[in-house]
Amino acid sequence: MNRRIINRRLDKAFKILGIASTVFGLLVLVVLFVNVFLEGRSRLTWDFFSSFPSRKPELAGILSALVGTIWLMVITGLVAIPLGIGAGIYLEEYAKKNRLTNFIEINIANLAGVPSIIYGLLGLGIFVRYLKLDRSILAGGFTLALLVLPVIILSTREALRAIPFSIREASYALGATKWQTVRYQLLPASLGNIMTGIILAMSRAVGETAPLITIGALTYIAFLPQNPITFLEKFPFIHFTLRGLLDPFTALPIQIFNWVSRPQKGFSTNAAAGIIVLLGLTLAMNAVAIILRHRYQKKIRW
Amino acid sequence: MLSNKRFVLKFKEFLIEKLLFLCSLLSVFTTIGIILVLSFESIKFFKEVPITKFLTDTQWTPLFINKHFGILPLLCGTFLTTLIAISVAVPVGLISAIYLSEYASWRIRNIVKPLTEILAAVPTVVYGYFALLFLTPLLKKIIPSLSGFNALSSGIVMGIMIIPMVSSLSEDAMRAVPMGLREGAYAVGSSRLQVSLRVVLPAASSGITAALILAISRAIGETMIVAIAAGQQPRLTLNPLVPIETITAYIVQVSLGDTPHGTLEYRTIFVCGMTLFLLTFILNIFSYKLKKRFQEIYE
Amino acid sequence: MIRQLNAFYTDKEVLKGINIDILSNSVTAIIGPSGCGKSTFIRSLNRINDLIPGFRITGEVIYRDKNIYDKDVDVDDLRRRIGMVFQKPNPFPKSIYENIAYGLRIYGINEKQKLDEAVESSLKKAALWDEVKDNLNRNALTLSGGQQQRLCIARALATEPDVLLLDEPCSATDPISTAKIEELIYQLKQNYTIVIVTHNMQQAARVSDQAGFFMLGELIEFGKTEDIFKAPKDKRTEDYITGRFG
Repeated sequence: MNRRIINRRLDKAFKILGIASTVFGLLVLVVLFVNVFLEGRSRLTWDFFSSFPSRKPELAGILSALVGTIWLMVITGLVAIPLGIGAGIYLEEYAKKNRLTNFIEINIANLAGVPSIIYGLLGLGIFVRYLKLDRSILAGGFTLALLVLPVIILSTREALRAIPFSIREASYALGATKWQTVRYQLLPASLGNIMTGIILAMSRAVGETAPLITIGALTYIAFLPQNPITFLEKFPFIHFTLRGLLDPFTALPIQIFNWVSRPQKGFSTNAAAGIIVLLGLTLAMNAVAIILRHRYQKKIRW
Repeated sequence: MLSNKRFVLKFKEFLIEKLLFLCSLLSVFTTIGIILVLSFESIKFFKEVPITKFLTDTQWTPLFINKHFGILPLLCGTFLTTLIAISVAVPVGLISAIYLSEYASWRIRNIVKPLTEILAAVPTVVYGYFALLFLTPLLKKIIPSLSGFNALSSGIVMGIMIIPMVSSLSEDAMRAVPMGLREGAYAVGSSRLQVSLRVVLPAASSGITAALILAISRAIGETMIVAIAAGQQPRLTLNPLVPIETITAYIVQVSLGDTPHGTLEYRTIFVCGMTLFLLTFILNIFSYKLKKRFQEIYE
Repeated sequence: MIRQLNAFYTDKEVLKGINIDILSNSVTAIIGPSGCGKSTFIRSLNRINDLIPGFRITGEVIYRDKNIYDKDVDVDDLRRRIGMVFQKPNPFPKSIYENIAYGLRIYGINEKQKLDEAVESSLKKAALWDEVKDNLNRNALTLSGGQQQRLCIARALATEPDVLLLDEPCSATDPISTAKIEELIYQLKQNYTIVIVTHNMQQAARVSDQAGFFMLGELIEFGKTEDIFKAPKDKRTEDYITGRFG
C-alpha cells in the first residue's frame, strides 16, 4: 500500500522534473533572445545595413558582411544541392549492398560529425593554397558546400526512404527505367522532405564561422565583390562577369565574431545587432523548413 | 536487338548512373582530402618537432620566442570544456528524452520537438556572445574569483547547445523499444517511472550511448564558443575558473593572425587539426557502429 | 511457355521446377495456400522480382519465343508488354490523368491528343471512365480502394501490353468493386493473356479458363479450371478446394 503511494509520488516528481528539463533549454533561448534584442535594437537602423565596417563602432555596419553571406550561400547551394541530392539518390536507389556502399555510408556518417573547423583546414589546404583560389568567395563557398554535403545527402536518403516500395514497383511494372522512376515519381514525391533538409542545411551554413575564419576570410572588408551584372550605357548594355567570385569577402557571423572580440562597449552593441539579423535569418529559414515539412506530411498520405 | 531510340535511352541511363555514383564518391574524396591535407603538414611538423615532445611536453607556446610544442595543455582545455558541457547536457537531455518518449502526449511532443530544434539551429557564434557577455558576468556575481575568460561559462553554454542533440537522439532510441516490453512491465503493476528506468532505459542503452558519444564528439569539435569565451591561454589545469585554450580555439587564434604559410607556426594548426580529427573520428565511428547494432536488434 | 522454373530468396528455394503452358487470350488462375509461392511465381513473369535483393532464379520463361531471363533482354521494354496489377492498389500520388499518361510519357509519347485518347480508352476498358471523367485532375489517392485498383488496371492497359498479370487484385477491395473487376477480367480476355493469382476459390472458378494449384513451391496440378474444380486428380488439390485446409 505504502509502496504504491511512494511510487505514484515519485512518478509525479519525475514528470515535473521532465517538464522542467524540457523547458530549460527553451527558457535559456528566451533569455538569450531578450538579452540580445535589448542590447542590439538601438543599432538596428538603416545605416547599420548600408554601412561598411569601421573603426568607430557607431559608424560600422554590416553591408559587406550581408552581401558576402548572400554570395556564399549562392555558391554553397549551387555546389552542394545537386551533388548532395545526386549522392543521396545513388546510395538509396542505385547502390547495391556491397562493401563499397557500406564504406561510403560509414564515411558520410563520419563526415557529418567532423568538426566544422576541420573543413576549414581542408579548404585552406585545397582551395586556398593548392587551387590558388586565395581567400575568395569561391574558396569559402566550396568549403561550406563540403561541410553541408553530408547533411543534404542524409536528408535526401531519408526522404526517398519514406516513399513506399509499391510506388517503385508500380513504375517499374509499367516499363519505366530506373532514372525515369526517380525523375518522375520519387523526386516529385519526396521534394517537400528534400527541400526541408536543404533549407536546414543552408541555415546551418549561414551561421558557420569557424571554417571561414580558418580559410582566412578577412574581417575588415570595406568594399563589395564585383557585381555579376552591370548595366552599361552603350551596346551591349549589359555586362556579365563572375570576377567577383575571386574577390575576398567577409560574412555576417565573421563580422559578429570580430565585434564580440573587441573590448569597447560600442562593438558589443554592434555584435548584438548583427546577431539579431543573423538569428532572424536562420530562424526564418528554420520556420520555412518546419512549415514545409508539416504541409507535405499533411498532403501525402499513402 | 535494341532500336535506336532504346539504345539512346539505355545509354542515358548508364551515364546518369555513373554521374550519380561520382556524386557519392565525392564524400570519399572529401575524407581523403582531409587526411591528405592534415598529414601533409603534420609530417613536416614532426620532422622538426619530435612526436615524443609533442605528446609529453606540458607547455604549448608556439607563438612565443621560447617555443614549446606540447599538446597536453590544449587537450586538457578541450577535455575540461567537454566535461562541463556533458555534465550539463546529459542529465537535462536524458531526463527530457524520457519525459518526451514515455510521459508526454503525442501533441505535446509535436509542439516541443520543433521548438527544441531551434536551440540547435542557433549559430555557435551567438552562443559565444551569450557565454562571454551574459553568462560570465552573471556567474561572476556568484563566484567573484571567476576570470573574464573561463572554461566554466563556455562549457555550460556548450552543454545547453547540445541538449537538443542528446534529447532527440536518445528519444529516438527509446521510442524504438518495442511496446511489448513496456506492456509486460505495466501488466505487473509497475509505475511509469519504473518502466522508464528499469525497462526502457536499459533496452535503449546502446542507442543512447551512441547518442552520448556523438554529443561528446560534437563538444570536442565545438569552436566558436570556446574561441570567444574561454580565453587563449593554454594551461594544464582542471580549474574551470581561469582562462584556458582548447585545440579548436588555438586554430582560430592562429588563423586570425598573419602567420606566414610554410612556417612551423602555420603547421601547428594542421597538427592540432589532425589530433582533433583523430579524436572525433574514433568517437564517430564507435557511435555509428553502436547505433547500427542497436537498429539491428529492433528491426 | 514456362519451363523448369526455380526461384530462390537468399538460397531458400521458393519455387521448385515449375512447368506451365499459359495459353494466349485466356485467363489462367494460380491458386494455393498463402506462402505457396504463387506470388513469387507471377512476379517472376515480368521480372519485377529482380528488384528484391537476394532474389535469384533459374529455368526459363519463354515469351514470344525468347527466354525473358536471357542476358540481352531489355527488361524495361519487357515490363511494358507484360503489365502488372498488384495486391494493394498503388496509384502514384498524382492526378488520375497523369497516372495513366505516365506509361506513355516514359515511352516518349507526349502529344496531348494521343495521351487524351489513351487515358479515355484505358479508363473505359477498366470501367472507371464514367465515375471519373469529369475530374481527371483529381488526385488519385482520393479515390476509393476499388476505384484505385481499377485505375491501376487502366494504367497497366494504357501501354497496350499483351499479357496482364494480376497479383490478388481483389484482396483489398470491397465486394462490389470485386464484382466489377471480375467482370472486367472477363471482358479483357478477348484481347489479352491474363494470369491471375487469387486466394479466393470461387473467384478462380468464376473467371479462369485454366488453373494451377501451388503448394509449398511446387505445382501440384494444372489443367482446365472445370477439371481442377470438379475432378481434381491430386488428393491435396481436392483437400484445398473443399476447404479442408487453407
